[in-house]
Amino acid sequence: MSTTLAPSATRRAPAATTRGGRSVGLAWLAVPALLFFIAFAVIPLIGVLLLSFSTWDGIGEISFSGLTSWRTVLADPGLPHALWVTFLVIALSWVVQTPASILLGVFLAGRQRYRAVLSVLYFIPLLLSSAAIAITYKALLDPNFGLGAGLNIPILVQDWLGDPVLAFGVVIFVVSWQFIPFHSLIYQGGVRQIPRSMFEAAQMDGAGRIRQFFSITLPQLKYTIITSSTLMIAGSLTFFDLIFVLTAGGPADATRVLAVDMWKRGWQASLMGPASAIALILVLVGLAVALLLRRVGGGSANAGASQQEGA
Amino acid sequence: MEPRTTSRRNFLALSMGLPLGAALAACGTSGPSSPGGGATGGGGGGAGGANTTYWYITGQPQEGIRGNTLKRFNDANPNEKIKATTFQNDAYKTKIKTAIGADQAPTIIFGWGGGTLRSYVQANQVEDLTPWFEQNPQVKDRLFESAFGAATIDGKIYAMPCEGVQPIVMYYDKRAFEKIGAEPPETWGDIMDLVPKFNAKGIAPFSLGGQSRWTNMMWLEFLFDRIGGPEVFQAVFDGEKDAWNNPASIEGLTKMQELIKANGFIKGFSSITADSNADQALLYTGKAAMMLHGSWTYGSMAQDGGDFVSGGHLGYMNFPPVDGGKGDPSNTVGNPGQYLSISSKATPEQKEVAKKYFATAILSDAEIKEWIDTGAVPIVKGVDSQYATVKDAAWQQFVYGISSNAKSFAQSWDQALSPTAAEKLLDNIAKLFQLSISPQQFASNMNAVIGK
Repeated sequence: MSTTLAPSATRRAPAATTRGGRSVGLAWLAVPALLFFIAFAVIPLIGVLLLSFSTWDGIGEISFSGLTSWRTVLADPGLPHALWVTFLVIALSWVVQTPASILLGVFLAGRQRYRAVLSVLYFIPLLLSSAAIAITYKALLDPNFGLGAGLNIPILVQDWLGDPVLAFGVVIFVVSWQFIPFHSLIYQGGVRQIPRSMFEAAQMDGAGRIRQFFSITLPQLKYTIITSSTLMIAGSLTFFDLIFVLTAGGPADATRVLAVDMWKRGWQASLMGPASAIALILVLVGLAVALLLRRVGGGSANAGASQQEGA
Repeated sequence: MEPRTTSRRNFLALSMGLPLGAALAACGTSGPSSPGGGATGGGGGGAGGANTTYWYITGQPQEGIRGNTLKRFNDANPNEKIKATTFQNDAYKTKIKTAIGADQAPTIIFGWGGGTLRSYVQANQVEDLTPWFEQNPQVKDRLFESAFGAATIDGKIYAMPCEGVQPIVMYYDKRAFEKIGAEPPETWGDIMDLVPKFNAKGIAPFSLGGQSRWTNMMWLEFLFDRIGGPEVFQAVFDGEKDAWNNPASIEGLTKMQELIKANGFIKGFSSITADSNADQALLYTGKAAMMLHGSWTYGSMAQDGGDFVSGGHLGYMNFPPVDGGKGDPSNTVGNPGQYLSISSKATPEQKEVAKKYFATAILSDAEIKEWIDTGAVPIVKGVDSQYATVKDAAWQQFVYGISSNAKSFAQSWDQALSPTAAEKLLDNIAKLFQLSISPQQFASNMNAVIGK
């Protein structure tokens, strides 16, 4: 959560202070948000920073031990593995979700009435909690009692969550299933912002639907894509609940992303120091990704535009 | 100007006061009820303002019995009522650790003894019960001696053993053995011979909920014991350097992978969890022939398995010996009991109520009867005389026999070790079962955390 909060809060602050004479008055409005940000993001972050320099089992005395925890974590081959898995989850879920969301969003942006009904239907997965989704999929994919065995479809009877490659694929699929609706909604909004006159002009020049899509829709959606991708990537970075319930990081660490790694170290292995170090690495990776995306999106121009078009 | 300022002030007051207040209130209720609150307010409480609290785990039939015992105590002691909160198993493990770490533990702490209890003791979070047991020998002497091992840290007793004894046993489906015309295995060699026969008939030799990891661990516990005796793991527990390199442990790990490579376990076992009871379902639906699992699964198989148990199709035995192994075949592993500790942060009144609860309510005659009715074996000496009349008599005699005759009753490894070592162990066991590490790699990985 803290990684997704950080950019939006910093983005909001300059907007409030640069609006001339009324800025002092409006700045007051930021105080509650700022207080919450300090209470629930900054102070815990400082706590985590301190903990990462300690060895603590979560129960007894906290003893500060310098860089011991950091050394443990950085020397552990589990860290590069977890980073790699996290990166794969981010990259693959982006690759799967973005095209699907854009196409679905463009389709749903049409004005016909049935599309409103469809967009409500498509939106349903987002309303379910990740834990419920994970439990449902786990039951459906069970090789002995699941969908494949129940309907007698041999191709569906696979060791879905027990085979490292399949389990990874399942995670990407379920994540996409859950979040494509949300991003479709963003794109639907983005497409509706595009002036109709542009399409009408293109039509007069003889551009077909596909040409219109690549020459008008996609370029006009640039900032929406950046907004959606930022949310998607920051979100995938902190995936925990879904993966935890679905595979618990298994089989044999195949889906052990950083957040799961942190939980396992902290709560299951009672190593709060190394877990805090992992948490900080997660924050740093999140910040780096967010900054990178801002770069790619063209800096300040993006801030205003995405604020307008995004969620 | 004026109205705007006031409204802004109101807005600020609202925005800060309300959510913060709500957030704080939420913190208060989601945590355990603070001992102080009861003392001053006297909520539903009693004289003396004890407000003793007790957290325990949900899941029938155990939850019902825990609740009944508590109700009997509260009815008999209207002025010293104990307030209970229940949690799901895995949620509880995290919650209790957080609460103890934050000095917010309940008065009575439910647990499994061993490594976790040791970490509480090291942090001075639980009461030393040794003097109390010395003053009250009638409480201690009626319980199984073996149940106190996991409650004892450095010679002092920090927990009251309670509930039942739960050895790990080998279950099998008699119908499956009839189908292939074979007898239950008497040695490890028999197991390996049975594997291809069952596979040829389309029955998985063994059911396993491998995603839970501790389920896989039960196999290693027995293999180590049967090959090298209880000393092999004892050396690990005692923190001896390179203890996992013992030839017996390497042999056990190798045998384990041989069984996996021979397709000894049901296809897809790494995606099956034990908490959904899917592994038991595989046995009673005839998809698997055998299952190594805790004695606690008997009750749920009897409840969910149709006529599997009542129709006499379920067979059970102790883990068979390994040819040429040194371990005594009467040895067993599992949970020698469950455990209740008293928080050292509780007030003297709360501690008194808790001790009274231990002495008068835990394993009272009424509770013993309830455990027996569910098929459990309470850790009370001579309790086997009550089995003659109950419907699961044969099963209970079997469990009582295993538990009381075992030369060694080892506590489950993940409970015996520290949480740090236990997590490393479970991780490596999952990899061993995935065949992604060799026995030697397993041993080296585990040697690295010995004594941690």
